[in-house]
Amino acid sequence: MFSKLNKKWTLALLSVALIIPMVLSACSGKTTATTVTATQTSTVTATTTPVTITATQTSIVTATQTSTVTATTAATYPKVTSASVPLTNLNSAGATFPTPLYTKWFSVYNTIYGVQINYQAVGSGSGINQITAGTVDFGASDGIMTDAQVAAAETAHGPILAIPMTSAPVAIIYNLSGITTGLKLTGDVLAKIYLKTITKWNDPAITALNPGVPPTYADIAVVHRSDSSGTTYIFTNYLTKINTDWSTKIGNATSVNWVGDIGGQGNAGVAAMVQQTPNSIGYVDLTYAIQNGLSYATLQNASGNWIAPSVASATAASTGITLPDNMKIMITNSTNAQAYPIVGFTWILAYVNQADQAKGVTLARMLWWAIHEGQQYNEVLGYASLSPAAVTKAENEILSMKYQGQPILALSK
Amino acid sequence: MRSLNKTPTDSLSSARIRSIQYSVFSLGIMNGVKINLKVSNPERFPIKPGKVDFRNRNYNRLSDLVFPNFTLFFALLMVAILAAMLIILSIDAWPSVLKIGFSFFVNRTWDPVKEIFGALPAIYGTILSAFIGLIIAIPISLGAAIFLVELAPGWLRGPASFLIEMLAAIPSVIIGLWGIFVLVPVIRSPFESWLQNNLGFIPLFQGPRYGSGFLAAGIILAIMIIPIITAVSRDALKAVPNQQREAMLALGATRWETITRSVLPYCRSGLVGAVILGLGRAVGETMAVTMVIGNGYKLTASLFSPGTTIASKIAGEFAEAATPVSVGSLIELALILFTITLLVNVIAQLFVWRMSKVKESRD
Repeated sequence: MFSKLNKKWTLALLSVALIIPMVLSACSGKTTATTVTATQTSTVTATTTPVTITATQTSIVTATQTSTVTATTAATYPKVTSASVPLTNLNSAGATFPTPLYTKWFSVYNTIYGVQINYQAVGSGSGINQITAGTVDFGASDGIMTDAQVAAAETAHGPILAIPMTSAPVAIIYNLSGITTGLKLTGDVLAKIYLKTITKWNDPAITALNPGVPPTYADIAVVHRSDSSGTTYIFTNYLTKINTDWSTKIGNATSVNWVGDIGGQGNAGVAAMVQQTPNSIGYVDLTYAIQNGLSYATLQNASGNWIAPSVASATAASTGITLPDNMKIMITNSTNAQAYPIVGFTWILAYVNQADQAKGVTLARMLWWAIHEGQQYNEVLGYASLSPAAVTKAENEILSMKYQGQPILALSK
Repeated sequence: MRSLNKTPTDSLSSARIRSIQYSVFSLGIMNGVKINLKVSNPERFPIKPGKVDFRNRNYNRLSDLVFPNFTLFFALLMVAILAAMLIILSIDAWPSVLKIGFSFFVNRTWDPVKEIFGALPAIYGTILSAFIGLIIAIPISLGAAIFLVELAPGWLRGPASFLIEMLAAIPSVIIGLWGIFVLVPVIRSPFESWLQNNLGFIPLFQGPRYGSGFLAAGIILAIMIIPIITAVSRDALKAVPNQQREAMLALGATRWETITRSVLPYCRSGLVGAVILGLGRAVGETMAVTMVIGNGYKLTASLFSPGTTIASKIAGEFAEAATPVSVGSLIELALILFTITLLVNVIAQLFVWRMSKVKESRD
């Protein structure tokens, strides 16, 4: 019935049908590519129409403010100037968790400045390895680099920066019939559930926190991430701070020795497992909980307030607390009264001393853009904006980037 | 005799191609399993004279010089790739071999924080889930193959085998998604609860029922390897000469006796090859298994318990593995998987070889 000839022709037709749109899209992509060059005296701001601006030492490039994207925020943050070099394409690799946001940023940045930034979502560990090896222009990580990792990177290419880009709340999701909202948990109870010392939903520790909620007489099915991830890093960091048993037995890492029951592959896998398994509990990035319509718990924060995960309560986690200059801080269990306790930054990793001037300028400018204008895309995509305090720290980090000993960016007066 | 032959002539060549394709893509290294197919219609494949007539002026010496060297190069290239893989894996696994040593094979914990790595649960999970898959898949696919070749009416044969082979074309991530959303709830609620209520005294069916676990992984694997085993064993059955059947029937044997006493023994080696090909795929399958096995790092007798396989452990942890020891441990896991599949392949070869020896001596 399916003779060889027919199969061949079908295959040939199919491949032609596939190739034609690919070629077409590739061609159209090429035609829109533009080169934007920064000049010494001016700041290049948004243009939506593709234009080519060539650098001349004396000319001042005035931006055509046709873009609605930048029009609202353009005036509210400090402007920077840089050396007059053509911007260039960048390669990067790192964490999977902020990928949707970075993809959005880099595509918007590409339409404005015509710079292609390739981001490989290969995981934080790989991102750290690749920036250490120098195979990428910047890396990205959800976790803080260990001392050994920092030492390896510094011997190779000098001091390395971890610049926060966004923070993310990790939601505790559950599947209990009849209880769709408002389950209350403390960090200690959560740690005990994940240590399997609390094994039933009607455990006094849980029922005491939830008066008026009918207890469920069932075993808790504990779901965790089977793959190693930044989400797990943030989650275990919180439990390590809260519970001494957790910190001694399990610890804080992107993947740990779980006592719990089921492992789900990725955020989506955990969300699906919790959705499928009655009486289960799990943790995912808030976006996934909202997308899947899952119930999530309200947690007690360090000030004793009951806080639900949201982008606002995640931003609050980095507000009003002491942030170190290098921004290597886990903001879990924040002392801010309005903060959700399981929140973590995700960082872009870049070297202070940039070897290539064009790349350094592009990178510094892009990062400057990301922590200011880029932030408006965060909440739409389910990521928290950086708090003003965090932005200030990040600004200082970007201003510290150097090419041949000279700062790459300078604040324009 | 030949007029009675109901085997379509062109399907044989395609069967050969397919068997080679399966053996190549199933694991990359499984390209050696021989499936004894016999050409039943020699006139469709006229054999060229064995010796080249050098007096023939049209004979192109250059092509005869170039072609063998080219093919030799490609053959050596494959061997070189295999060797390179082994060497690179061994080098990268070395930090973990140095630090952990032999306890890697017997330790039961996988703790990246304290850097204690043990492979036993992953090895156990790999073998157990593949074993469950085989137990379910063998009867179904052999039954289907026998039906398709021996019993099915002509109009059903083509569409049915086409559909079975279509099953092999479904990407494993899609099978995995189907597993999470359709299969796992079904396994949890009627299937596992029935097993536990009726056979709960057996340790295999004890413990909490999550749905995802070894059993779910085994069933998913069975679904994934049934098309391969069916297709290859169907081709093996097709290659049995009709004389075998006709002789049995002429002696007054029933259909059942013909198939069990004559047809199946004749193509035993082909059937074993089919099963081993299936096993090869089951051992290396990653995505679909990861999605339904539950990924608990445990060593329990219960089939309901979440477990893990070597492939899913590597896939899950490799992206974020940071220290040389944790990367090394994952690569050592890969080496173990490599060895397991190599062993499976060698055993299959021996099996097939021994069977054909026995058959030859009997002939």
